[in-house]
Amino acid sequence: MAAPPPEAHSAARTPATGYGRLTRWIDYRLPFIASMEHHFTDYPTPVNLNYWWNFGSLAGIILVIMIVTGVTLAMYYTPDASLAFDSVQRIMRDVNYGWLIRYIHMNGASAFFLIVYIHLFRGLYYGSYKYPRELLWILGVIILLLMIATAFMGYVLPWGQMSYWAATVITNLFSAIPVIGHPIVTLLWGGYVVGDPTLHRFFALHYLLPFIIVAVIGLHLIALHQHGSNNPLGIDKRGPQDTIPFHPYYTIKDMFGLMVFLLLFALVVFYIPNYLVEPDNYIPANSLQTPPHIVPEWYLLPFYAILRSITFTIFGIPAKLLGVCAALGAMLILFFVPWLDTSPVRSARFRPVYKWVYWLLPISLIALGWVGAHEPKGIVVIIGQIATAYFYFHFLILLPVLGKFERPRPLPISIAAAVLGPRAAVAGAAEGQ
Amino acid sequence: MLKAAAAALAAALALVVAGAAEAQEEAPPPPHQTWSFDGVFGTYNEATLQRGFAVYQQVCSACHPVTHLYFRDLEKIGYTEDEVKGIAAKYTVTAGPNKEGQMFKRPARPADHIPGPFPNDEAARAANNGGLPPDLSLITLARDGGPDYVYAIVGLGFTKPPPGFKPIPGTYYNQYFAGNHIKMPPPLHPGAVKFDGQPASVPQMAHDVAAFLNWAAEPNLDERHQTGAKVVLFLVVAVIVFYAAKRRIWSRIPH
Repeated sequence: MAAPPPEAHSAARTPATGYGRLTRWIDYRLPFIASMEHHFTDYPTPVNLNYWWNFGSLAGIILVIMIVTGVTLAMYYTPDASLAFDSVQRIMRDVNYGWLIRYIHMNGASAFFLIVYIHLFRGLYYGSYKYPRELLWILGVIILLLMIATAFMGYVLPWGQMSYWAATVITNLFSAIPVIGHPIVTLLWGGYVVGDPTLHRFFALHYLLPFIIVAVIGLHLIALHQHGSNNPLGIDKRGPQDTIPFHPYYTIKDMFGLMVFLLLFALVVFYIPNYLVEPDNYIPANSLQTPPHIVPEWYLLPFYAILRSITFTIFGIPAKLLGVCAALGAMLILFFVPWLDTSPVRSARFRPVYKWVYWLLPISLIALGWVGAHEPKGIVVIIGQIATAYFYFHFLILLPVLGKFERPRPLPISIAAAVLGPRAAVAGAAEGQ
Repeated sequence: MLKAAAAALAAALALVVAGAAEAQEEAPPPPHQTWSFDGVFGTYNEATLQRGFAVYQQVCSACHPVTHLYFRDLEKIGYTEDEVKGIAAKYTVTAGPNKEGQMFKRPARPADHIPGPFPNDEAARAANNGGLPPDLSLITLARDGGPDYVYAIVGLGFTKPPPGFKPIPGTYYNQYFAGNHIKMPPPLHPGAVKFDGQPASVPQMAHDVAAFLNWAAEPNLDERHQTGAKVVLFLVVAVIVFYAAKRRIWSRIPH
């Protein structure tokens, strides 16, 4: 028999002393504890992250909440067009705490988007997408697209009026694509109308996609840990004096942020659980009766507004196709942000012009959200068109041009120098070496 | 960045609120009534709900079903098990098949759904001049304004039409109904239902039936409010504890 494995040989990957024999035995074969330590305990994190950096871990936690509540709901939900609506009511009335689980899942979708949008806008403000984090950003955009698809299909499942008509309107958009459009729509529907096969396949995909999101989040984290977190100064960390271990400093900060979030979330779930719900969705789906206004959930309103803002044809291309392209383009343009922004400086703190014009983007998106919630007539259409034009101007012209002409303010020498003052930083550096 | 973000968020919320309020059509928003179940500590009042159930049974149920309610649910508004058995026994349901393979009629039991007035939607339309009386067990969730809407429709809306209003045969004017033409005749008349032997007024019946229907749509509201208070209290403490812990841990390092 061979001698016991020489655990000491893998010193670099072995957990610090203080672990038992069994842990060391496992870790030698499957470096689980060591990786956890490497990525969640010792992981060197910039000392100066502000509370806007809480939203990444918060998004991960809400995804877990969504999966746990979603799997539970799936145990009672029936994806059959004649039973789906009643099965949701069964959950609300007769399943123990079914009302709580469903209200958490329903409002959790909104919370997830709110958190992810804040996370995304934090990245835009502090230039977190710039070298060497371009792939990290792109993976984030992929997660957002998967979330949009998942949320849309989840919204269809209760099979209320708004579920049914949202499914009809959104899937019909694909018919604008030349040649392959109609076959795609037939494939999505599983027939020639939105019906039972549509509901079944949406349920299957709604269950599948979150696990793909988990996988992409895994890649997102690998990419993040390759170069570490960006920080509000947007400068690289230069040594140990610039960082602190993730645990306990950021674990406790994230926990505090999580509690604040859960408090706000509980207020919604327990006291205004239907605030964001269209009342029409408590009416069973009826293919013969169109609701007066078909509106998507709030988190998709800006894209819906962009879609409807294209009311004209260009070179004979129909407005519907142009609208679909514009709405899709508004999502896809995010992939190119790392190259559209030509400024060498990451953080808006040191970009005197971008610091201000940055805010025009969220303002234009909020305006688009308002436009999307209203009937497209009169001033609503004009505001939508102006905001759409600005949205594209911001990414395609402002970001590239501003980077060339803006004169950034001088950057601090190091994170420690900026946070602690130059003298402390020097002392810290000496200590660190 | 924090201040500017807060301002942007406030603006966004204002827009969302304005959007939600404006979403309905011409009919004016129903005026707000006072409900026992309003607010964080609001709960249902059993006496109100039982009176509301009487109004539903004696008036509304002639045309409207409460699809999602079982007789057993009535125990949650204060009826005893025996009372519920008695209420159910007055209804007849189709059951079966029996050993001979025949469907048969039997008195309803607490575990049965409360049967609606019509066997199917077509029968309901045929009996109601083409109109389909909607299910009432989700009506307060399915209409903007919830119980205020129900109260406004049955208690306030059937007024004299304004001059120039063009009536449509077979419909009635209702101020709070979208489009103002409603197929439902005014359902409540003074004294239509007696509460404890006393003839009830229209506002009282409207109030009680709206409260009952709110319960029918959200029978777990009491539990939701009570659980919510505990959860919120727990999380307030958790926020304070974690904030203190965060301060303490971060005090170890200069930052």
